Amino acid sequence: MKRYFGNRNFILWLLLCCCGLPLNAVAEASSFNMTKGVTTISHDVYDLHMIIFYICCAIAVVVFGLMFWAMVHHRKSRGAVAAQFHGSTKMEILWTAIPVIILIVMAIPATKTLIEMEDSSKSDLTILVTGSQWKWHYKYLDHPVEFYSLLATPRDQIENKATKGENYLYEVDRPLVIPTGKKVRFLMTSDDVIHSWWVPDFAIKKDATPGFINEIWTRVDKPGVFRGQCAELCGKDHGFMPIVVEAKESADFDAWIAAQVEAKAQAAAAEQAAAPMTKEELMALGQKTYEARCAACHQVNGEGLPGVFPALKGSQMALKDIPAHINIVVAGKAGTAMQAFGNQLSTSELAAVITYERNAWGNDTGDLVQAKDVAAAAMPAQE
Amino acid sequence: MSTNQLSANETTGHGHDHDHHDHKPSGITRWLYTTNHKDIGTLYLLFSLLMFFIGGMFAMVIRAELFQPGLQLVDPHFFNQMTTLHGLIMVFGAVMPAFVGLANWMIPIMIGAPDMALPRMNNWSFWILPFSFSILLSTLFMDGGAPAAGWTFYAPLSTTYSGDSTAFFVFAVHLLGISSIMGAINVIVTIFNLRAPGMNWMKLPLFVWTWLITAFLLLAVMPVLAGTVTMVLTDKYFGTSFFDAAGGGDPVMFQHIFWFFGHPEVYIMILPAFGIVSSIVPAFARKPLFGYESMVWATSSIAFLSFIVWMHHMFTTGMPVAAELFFMYSTMLIAVPTGVKVFNWVATMWRGSMTFETPMMFSLAFIVLFTIGGLSGLMLAIVPADFQYQDTYFVVAHFHYVLVTGAVFSLVAGAYYWLPKWTGVMYDERLGQLHFWCSLVSVNILFFPMHFVGLAGMPRRIPDYALQFADFNALISIGGMLFGLSQLIFVYVIIKCARKKGEQATAQVWEGAQGLEWTIPSPAPYHTFETPPQIK
Amino acid sequence: MHKPLIYKLLLIGACMFAFSFALIPLYNVFCELTGLNGKTENAAAASALTIDTQREVTVEFLATVDQSIPWKFEPEITRIVVHPGEIKKINYRVESLTTAAMVGRAVPSVAPGLAAEHFKKMECFCFIEQPLKGKESKLMPLQFYIDPALPKEIKTVTLSYTLYNVPAK
Repeated sequence: MKRYFGNRNFILWLLLCCCGLPLNAVAEASSFNMTKGVTTISHDVYDLHMIIFYICCAIAVVVFGLMFWAMVHHRKSRGAVAAQFHGSTKMEILWTAIPVIILIVMAIPATKTLIEMEDSSKSDLTILVTGSQWKWHYKYLDHPVEFYSLLATPRDQIENKATKGENYLYEVDRPLVIPTGKKVRFLMTSDDVIHSWWVPDFAIKKDATPGFINEIWTRVDKPGVFRGQCAELCGKDHGFMPIVVEAKESADFDAWIAAQVEAKAQAAAAEQAAAPMTKEELMALGQKTYEARCAACHQVNGEGLPGVFPALKGSQMALKDIPAHINIVVAGKAGTAMQAFGNQLSTSELAAVITYERNAWGNDTGDLVQAKDVAAAAMPAQE
Repeated sequence: MSTNQLSANETTGHGHDHDHHDHKPSGITRWLYTTNHKDIGTLYLLFSLLMFFIGGMFAMVIRAELFQPGLQLVDPHFFNQMTTLHGLIMVFGAVMPAFVGLANWMIPIMIGAPDMALPRMNNWSFWILPFSFSILLSTLFMDGGAPAAGWTFYAPLSTTYSGDSTAFFVFAVHLLGISSIMGAINVIVTIFNLRAPGMNWMKLPLFVWTWLITAFLLLAVMPVLAGTVTMVLTDKYFGTSFFDAAGGGDPVMFQHIFWFFGHPEVYIMILPAFGIVSSIVPAFARKPLFGYESMVWATSSIAFLSFIVWMHHMFTTGMPVAAELFFMYSTMLIAVPTGVKVFNWVATMWRGSMTFETPMMFSLAFIVLFTIGGLSGLMLAIVPADFQYQDTYFVVAHFHYVLVTGAVFSLVAGAYYWLPKWTGVMYDERLGQLHFWCSLVSVNILFFPMHFVGLAGMPRRIPDYALQFADFNALISIGGMLFGLSQLIFVYVIIKCARKKGEQATAQVWEGAQGLEWTIPSPAPYHTFETPPQIK
Repeated sequence: MHKPLIYKLLLIGACMFAFSFALIPLYNVFCELTGLNGKTENAAAASALTIDTQREVTVEFLATVDQSIPWKFEPEITRIVVHPGEIKKINYRVESLTTAAMVGRAVPSVAPGLAAEHFKKMECFCFIEQPLKGKESKLMPLQFYIDPALPKEIKTVTLSYTLYNVPAK
C-alpha cells in the first residue's frame, strides 16, 4: 500500500487537534469562556468549570500524545513490524481504575458546590418570576410591586434598518431590581409553555414550568446591571425575551420600591380620571401597544402567520362585534397562544389597541373604543 | 450445524428466480420487491445519504440566518421549523438508517449467513421510511408549517401551543418507529440464529456485537418514543392531560419519558460507530484489536448505564439534591467504559505497522474528536457547571462532536472501508484524502467555536443573538458551508465507484483486514454463503 | 425456527410500549416518595399527633391565574409562621370578572419539592372543582399543618396554586 501521510500533513493535524489548548491562554476573556460572575456561587461554579476543564485537557494530552507517538513511530513506512499482542489484564485494570479515581476527584467539589446552591433557606426577599410568551413578569412578595419586563430593542434594529445598540437584544423596558448584600429567593412558574430564567453572572438557571413552582436564590454583593435571556425553547420569539437585573444598594432599593408604589397609585388615579381620547391619541397609543405586545404573533402588518397565528387584517373579529373583540383581548382564548391581556395592560391601553386593530391595515370600521367601554364591557365566558 | 443449514435453504426458498449467482431482476421492481440484504442495505445507505443532504440544507438555512446578528432571511417561526426538522431528519433519517444499511450489508457476510433472517420484513422496514419522511417533510408546505418545538418537542409547546403539523409528525414518528423495531428484530434474529458453524459469541466481529446491543436498545426504547408521541397526540386532540397541569398532568413528565427514550437513543447512534472503528483500526495497524472482550463488556455497560442517566438532560427542571447527585454520578460513570474503548484503540495502534488510507484517517479523526465530545460530555455531567452550560451552544458543540465527528465520521470511514467490497473497484484515494482533509478542517471551524459562544452565554435555538457573539457565528457559518461543500467530494467518489470507474479491487482489498467479508470476491456476489463457511 | 425468538422480541417491544404509559403512575408514586416536582397529596390528611413548639416554619402562599380563566384569585395573607403539627386555617379569595358562570380548579405545587409530602392539607378548595356564577366572589378555605417530620434544613415552605378553567363538558 502506498502511503499518503507525509510529515507536513502530520504537523498540520497535530496543530488542529491541539486547538483546544489556546483556550487556556484566553480563559479569562469572557467572550471565549464562562463568565466568573458576581456571586460566591458563580465564582465556585467558574472554578469548578476550570478545574474540570484542565483535567479534561490533561487527559486529552496524555491520550492523544500516546496516539500520535504511535502514529509517528509505528508506521509501516518506517519499517515498523506489527506486534501481535492483543490484550493485557493488567493494563485493562489500570485504565479502568485511573479514570474512576479522577472521577472521584471531580465529584467532590461538584457535590459541595451543588449542596450550597440548593440551600435557599433564610432568604431576605422573595420574588415570583413568571414566564409567558415572550416576556417575564416579576412580583415582589414582600412589597406591593409587580410588573412585566419586555424586550426594549427597537424592531428597526432587529430588522437591520437601524444600527444595533450596545445591549442589542439584552435590554428591557423595566429591569428587575434587587438589593445588594441580601439573599434574594426567586420562585419560578410559567403562564403557558416552559421557559428558563438564566442570568449567567449569578450562575443560576431554572425552568419556569406551568402549574409548578421552582425555587433558586442569589446574593449579589456589588451594585450593577446583569443581563441574561430565556434558555428554553418557548416558541417563536424565544430569542427575544431577555432578562435584565439591576442590583442596587439597600437604601436605593427601598427608595425604588417606594417610587414604584407611588407611581402605581398615580397611574390608578389617572386611569380613573381619564378623559375620552381622540382618534389620533387612540391610534398612536394603540400602535405603540400593538407593536410591543401583539405584533410578535399577529405581525406588524396584521396578517398573522397562516395556520399558526390568525390574521387581524380583514378578520371578522376586528370588523364585526365590538364586545367580542374586547372580550378576546381582555380574557384571551383558552387552549391557544392568545393571552388574557386584561391583567397586563391598562384599560386605556386596551381601548387604544382595540381601536387600532379596528382601524389599521384597511380595517376601516371607524369604531372608537374608549377606556370606559373596556371597563364596562360584559365579559362572557370563553369556551 | 444443522440449524444454519436449514435457514440457508429456507432463505433461498423464498426466491427461486434468483437462485443463480449474480442473476438479479432488473429495473425498478428489483428495488421495490427486493428481499436481498445487499440491495436493501444499498437502499438504506442511499436513502440516508439523501436525508443527510436534506437535513444539511436545513442546517445551512440556520447557519445563513445566524451569519450576522439581526433577522435577515427567515422569520423566527420558520427558523424553529428548521432546527426541529434538522434534528429529526439527521437523527432518524440520516444516522440511524445509515447504520441499519451497514448492518444489512455487513452482518450476514460477517457471520457467514446467506441473508438476513427475515428478508421480507427487511424489505418492508426499508420501504416504510420514504413514506414516513415524505409525511414529515410535507408539513413544510402546510399552513403553519412544520413542527417547530425542537426535535425534543417538549410539552406543552408541542401540544397546546403547536400547529396541526403535530398530527403528521406523530404519524411519521410512529412509522419510522415501526421500521426501526422491525429492523432491530431482524438483526437480533439474524445474529442469534444464522451464525455459521463455529462462529461462537466470542468470535463475532465487534461490529456485529455492537449492533446486537444496539438492536436491543432500539427494541427497548423505540416503543417508549411511540408512547410519548401518542400521549402528545391525545393531549392535543383528544382531551387527555398527560402533560397538562390543568388536568392533573405534569409537563416535566414529558421530559422524563422523552429522555428515557432519548438517552439510549444517543447510544443507538454511537455504539455501531464503535464497532466500525474497531474493525478499521486493527486492519490498518495490521495488528489484532486490543482487548476484544473488554470491548464487548464496555459496550454492554454503556448500554446498561444509558438507562439510568436520563435526568442529566433535565437538571434545570428542578429536582431534589439527591436526584441531582445520583444522576451526576451515574453520568460520570459512563466515562469509564468509554475510556476503556479509547484506550483499547490506542493500544491497538501501539507497536502496529500503520498506514493511513482514507478509512483509517476518518477513524483516527473519530477517536480524537469523539473523545473531545466525550470530555465536554463529562463537563456537562457536573451539575453546578451544567446550570451554566444547559441549553447553550456548549451543548450544541458537545453533541455535534459526538454525532458528526463521531457517528458520521465513522459512517464515512465504514463507507470507504467497504466501498471496494460493495462495488468491486477501489475508490479514488486522492479524492478520499481530499475529502478527509476538507471535512476535518471545516468540521472543526464549524463546531469548535460553538464551545466558546456557548460558554460566553449564547443559548441554543435562537434566530438572532447579541453582538458579542457575532464574530464566532460568522466563522461557524463559514465552517458549515465548507463542511457541506466538502461532502460533495464524497458523493463524487461514490458515483465514480458505482460506475465502476477505478482500479479493480481484490477480494482482500486491505492488506491487514480480517473477517469473512474479505474472503468473498469483490464486488460481493449477489448471493453469498449459501453454504455456511466453517469457522475454525 | 425463527418464530419463538420473534415472538419474544415482539413481546419485549409491546411491554416497553405499555411501560411508557405505566411510567405515568410510576412517576406519580415516585414524586410522592421523593417530593420530586412538589406535588402534594390530593386528599384530606388526618391531624398530627404532636406539635413541635420548638421549631418555626414560614409558610408562603401564592396564587397564579391561568390565562384561560378571567378570575381574580389571591390568598388573604401571603405568609404565616407556624409550628410543625399546628393546624392553621387560611382563606383564598376568588372573584369572577365575567358575567358568565364558569368552573375553576386550583392545582397546587410546593417548593421546595422535598417539603411537598410534609404539607398536610385537612381541608382544601383544591380537592374539588370550584364553580362560580358571573361576577360572584367567595372565600375558599384551606386548613393544613406542617408535618413535624419536615426535614430540619427546610425553614420556608411555599404553597402555590395555579387556577385553571375547567371546560364545560
